[in-house]
Amino acid sequence: MTQPGEVIRPSAMTPAVRAATGLLEIEALSVSIGVAQIIKNLSLEVGAGEILGLVGASGSGKSMTALAIMRLLPLHAKLSGAVRLRGETLTDKTETDLCSIRGRDIGIVFQEPMTALNPLMSIGDQVAETVRLHLCVSVAEARRMARETLDLVGLRGAQGAMDRLPYELSGGQRQRVAIAMAVVLAPALLIADEPTTALDVRTQAQVLRLLQELVRTRNMGLILVTHDLAVVAQVTDRIAVMQQGEIVEQGATQPLLRHLQHSSGRALLAAAELKPKRGLPHRQDTAPVLQVRDIVHEYPSRRRSLWRAAEPLRAVDGVSLYIHPGETVGLVGESGSGKSSLLRVILALERPQAGEVHLLGDAFSSTRGLSGASVRRLRRHIQAVFQDPYGSFDPQWSVERLIAEPFYLLEAQPTAAERRCKVAAALEQVGLSPADARRFPHEFSGGQRQRIAIARALIVEPSLIAFDEAVSALDVLVRAQILALLAELAERLRLAYLFVSHDLNVVRSIADRIYVMQQGRVVEHGPTEAVFASPRHAYTEALIAATPKLG
Amino acid sequence: MSVADTRNGAASRNAGLVIGAAITAAFVGVAVIAQIWTPYDPAALSIVHKLQSPNLHHWFGTDQLGRDVLSMLMAGAKNTVGVALLSVIIGVFIGVPLGLLAACPPRGAVDELIMRGNDLVFGFPSLLLAILISAVFGPGAVNAIIAIGIFNIPVFARVTRGGALQLWTRDYCLAAQVAGKGPIRISFEHILPNLVSLLAVQGTIQFSLGVIAEAGLSYVGLGAQPPTPSWGRMLNEAQTLAALAPSLALFPGSAMLLFVLGLNLLGEGLRHRREPPE
Repeated sequence: MTQPGEVIRPSAMTPAVRAATGLLEIEALSVSIGVAQIIKNLSLEVGAGEILGLVGASGSGKSMTALAIMRLLPLHAKLSGAVRLRGETLTDKTETDLCSIRGRDIGIVFQEPMTALNPLMSIGDQVAETVRLHLCVSVAEARRMARETLDLVGLRGAQGAMDRLPYELSGGQRQRVAIAMAVVLAPALLIADEPTTALDVRTQAQVLRLLQELVRTRNMGLILVTHDLAVVAQVTDRIAVMQQGEIVEQGATQPLLRHLQHSSGRALLAAAELKPKRGLPHRQDTAPVLQVRDIVHEYPSRRRSLWRAAEPLRAVDGVSLYIHPGETVGLVGESGSGKSSLLRVILALERPQAGEVHLLGDAFSSTRGLSGASVRRLRRHIQAVFQDPYGSFDPQWSVERLIAEPFYLLEAQPTAAERRCKVAAALEQVGLSPADARRFPHEFSGGQRQRIAIARALIVEPSLIAFDEAVSALDVLVRAQILALLAELAERLRLAYLFVSHDLNVVRSIADRIYVMQQGRVVEHGPTEAVFASPRHAYTEALIAATPKLG
Repeated sequence: MSVADTRNGAASRNAGLVIGAAITAAFVGVAVIAQIWTPYDPAALSIVHKLQSPNLHHWFGTDQLGRDVLSMLMAGAKNTVGVALLSVIIGVFIGVPLGLLAACPPRGAVDELIMRGNDLVFGFPSLLLAILISAVFGPGAVNAIIAIGIFNIPVFARVTRGGALQLWTRDYCLAAQVAGKGPIRISFEHILPNLVSLLAVQGTIQFSLGVIAEAGLSYVGLGAQPPTPSWGRMLNEAQTLAALAPSLALFPGSAMLLFVLGLNLLGEGLRHRREPPE
């Protein structure tokens, strides 16, 4: 038995005598867990002041490579090869030595800003803690360094920011704190694993700019791990494309993007480009499927005083929109713009304070409580697909039962045989096999689950399907496949879509018309290409400018 | 995690489940057998054979009135297990629906009412209520069941509500609403089945607390009345003789300890079994 994380040195390895050209050198790195070879014979170099993009689909081993550099591998993982930082071989170090290197010489930023911070500790203390772990300095000195770093990442430390708790900060601000913790000791190398995937476009642009500035001013090396080539194209100097644990292609960013050799890289590029796959623009002379008029939706906010009524929070402020049969409409906005609240009103899950929603000409959701029967009769015409492919399914239900759930809406319940038949047909429509009906959701990947969610929406043959960030949680490659499937289904079944997303690239590739929401209001709407070509509102312009582009 | 590691983990959890189930089954089996057969009549006095140490005739010895300890333990198991089980059933059947109802959106007055009612029961000292019930209806096993059962209600209501609130944030509840299902139907179709593991664990904990509570009530004379044997009463009577015959306290005490341990192992094992793979 080998010890966890033990280093197996291949006998053929040359002694580390050559001059260190780069900051970080990885030579013939291999990682295996059990019989599975996760990383195969990987060699990489990162120079000081250089940004390297490590790109690949999920499961390609890019995150594992980042963890292997820090030797933060799972138990039982076996590692061979050499990782050298400034000529020092990290793979020879003991765990104790590595502890002092992690955080001091190599900083790391993870994807999820919500869980990376201790919720009970002020952000100043969290940053200062990192300092105190590595340097023998006084508390006051550590706090001074923390304050300076928080200033540097754009959180003004002077105005009490030091004492704020993580829950008081937005996602982007939390990611800045995580970056501050990673760079407070001025590490030579920073590893950022999908640092902006969970963020809005504008926040993403800001965080990327911050990382770029830090690299330039501190002459730091940065490894940016991501699946999104568009992000990489904007900020990196060099790219390494990974597939199945191997680097299949690497080189300087721009030339590489122009001449991608390997199929894996090309697939990623195609997915990132999101070529629109729309058919002909359809006629708009028919009556709209969905007509939303002057919706106002308020939430009660926290009561500040026992004696005064709480000020309601206006999430949706007089929004109107319409969707024609067979049309795909995009609803764009950042988190907090009210698009999810609007969607809940449209789906009649919540009652608005003012306004009405008409579905196929009948009142569906309004201030007046509609009778349950009429809403239920209409409900089969609008179905929904939600964001989280993992939370969208009851883990104890079989796929057949899950897909058949909306049958509850039908007045005439299908017989067991009809049910099976329809479920099988729906599964085939979304590119799965009828045999999958007997399986359970945990047996499927994220993309497959989103296909099951689409099958569930299709089963009652609705006129309109609402998508709430339905592809945001997916890998670029899978995302492209799902979008292609949706375009094909829309054409074949003449379905109308309401596509809610914060990702402009996605909406641009699929929507015929878009609405842009900011602070509960629609600030701009029109045909997609017209809006992208000449945005009239400053907010739309800012959103478009912040969206990462290739080349 | 490697394959071998996963297998080991599953095996050790399984072992816990098997041992827990075996201990629980043994105790329940003994309680059932005691209905028809015990080595001696647990109530038969025989002053001549009083305070014997464990021997071939009386495996666990005899008490100060010459009663066979093993027979009393067996007959007591029936009362103790029965009281604890029935009180858990009261708690589950009233507490779980209340918890589900409190968690149903839109949460408002109903939630407030149920949870504050819970606080009221929680705030009331349980022993005081038991004394109250005994004072009004007289002491006895049935009143012990009611008293312990009432205190199980808020526990199950709270656990259920907490778990349900978490599940209500899942997208599958949203999807069920889009499929036209109302909150009560969703509570029973989606929420409750996913809470079974949580409730099984809480159930075993409450069961073991019930065993101890029954013993406690009997100990202060509010539970099973003489000559009905119960572990708590046996402990109570053994107390004055602790110096003279420590085995009298040792046997019912150990029985209780072993039974509670078995229940907890069973609950833990059930929890792991029910957990769907991620």
